[in-house]
Amino acid sequence: MNVLSVKNYSKRFFIHHLAREISAFANLNFDLTAGQFLLVSGANGVGKSTLLRCLYRSYRPTSGEALYQSQYGVVDLASLADVDMALLRKQEIGFVTQFLRPRPRITALQLVSEPLLLQGVSAEVAQERAESLLESFGLKSDLWHAYPTTFSGGEQQKVNLARALIRPHRLLLLDEPTASLDVQARASLHRELARLKTEGVAIMGVFHHPEDVQDLLDDSIELVLESIDRGIEHDPNLLVK
Amino acid sequence: MDTLNNVVPLATPQLITEMPLVHVQHLHKTYGRVRAVQDVSFDVYPGEVLGIVGESGSGKSTVLRLLNLQETAEGGTFNLNVPALQGENLLACDRYRRREVQTQHIGIVYQNPHLGLRMHYTSGGNVAERLLITGERRFKTLRDVAESSLAVSEFPLDRMDDLPMRLSGGMQQRVQLAKAIALKPQLLLLDEPTTGLDVSVQALVLDTLKRLQQELTVTILIVSHDLGVIRTLADRVMVMRNGEVIEAGLTDQILEDPQAEYTQQLVHAKL
Repeated sequence: MNVLSVKNYSKRFFIHHLAREISAFANLNFDLTAGQFLLVSGANGVGKSTLLRCLYRSYRPTSGEALYQSQYGVVDLASLADVDMALLRKQEIGFVTQFLRPRPRITALQLVSEPLLLQGVSAEVAQERAESLLESFGLKSDLWHAYPTTFSGGEQQKVNLARALIRPHRLLLLDEPTASLDVQARASLHRELARLKTEGVAIMGVFHHPEDVQDLLDDSIELVLESIDRGIEHDPNLLVK
Repeated sequence: MDTLNNVVPLATPQLITEMPLVHVQHLHKTYGRVRAVQDVSFDVYPGEVLGIVGESGSGKSTVLRLLNLQETAEGGTFNLNVPALQGENLLACDRYRRREVQTQHIGIVYQNPHLGLRMHYTSGGNVAERLLITGERRFKTLRDVAESSLAVSEFPLDRMDDLPMRLSGGMQQRVQLAKAIALKPQLLLLDEPTTGLDVSVQALVLDTLKRLQQELTVTILIVSHDLGVIRTLADRVMVMRNGEVIEAGLTDQILEDPQAEYTQQLVHAKL
């Protein structure tokens, strides 16, 4: 079953103070089915992260459509109302970046269990699940009740991943999630992603080291930029393999 | 099998089946020749936090004062979708009704505590006053409600008999917040609630607000020019300039991919 069907997807940024449009990617087409893991590859600056952000609607796509099979029916992520997108983000679309956004006075454990609590899961169950995830990613247990603001990059990323993976998803977008992780955490992430795949979650990601997840990948799209100068007059030529 | 081909996606908005709690249409307000608010329309859904950003004088605070029914609008409608007020344009109601809506359904926190608090009442008295308005006269009930509201806003209870002028800025904001939530309003209006507080106190107040929003599922409209505050609290953001809404969207989209020229300047001006 197709979870996502992207058609003629394009993103251009208009930078007002330069009075100039910068194209990120153009006319992308691809499908993603349940349980499929799609790798987005390409050199720096071809728009890999931009593509993920356009699907999650952190960026507003310029044209095209991204039909998504939600629990409510088929919606176009490109044109969906903001409140509806916010609802899907809370319920079924996840986005994992390289950066944790710690909040003042919130401990690692609270931050990780929060998504479950917001879904109405009891505090004990949420805490238990949060502890087991933090343990599997290898965050030292004496840090669980500390504030992540002062954690190292790797420790923050472990909290970030645990927080992102604690609740169920239908579509999971990953933006270089392994960037600052040690070997144990990479192995845990691999295990978690393998489990999600078997549960039918559609996964799409950008990886600095794709070999971390090589055996889980089903397909890949490569974004290619022909012209380095991405001014308004040059449309980049993107090839989809 | 491609199940997504030849499917017409749902029209929007469609997934949120709840009615918006706040439904504002074509709001207008002028001060003499100054058009403070021009044709502003928006919805806020139950449990949502909507941020309003923009430069000084863009009309942000005026929108809040209009929704708090403390100023008269020249045009527009404002519906609060609660059973007691169904279908009523609150901008047109008489002063008795207005008073009732202000006490029962709306809470407000101002940047300047002098606007929100009576400085010659004790902190507990300021909170209890909300109940007095509703006719409650039993001292114990007044004291209990004041205490529990102050506790929710994390105010140190041993200071509740102090006058607000003897309190720090952060504590005064907590008293305002306790007063605003004392009668469990559906809508909370926050006008620059953390501006002027030092960073650590600001973090404490923000944390309290976030917890309140999650635990009481109160709907919040927050005006701030601090984009960090907006990012922490708001689900969606509305950008105002010269009394008009120039852009609206999901918070991360407004902050990371602003479309309008003014919004790009605003976001790039952030330290």
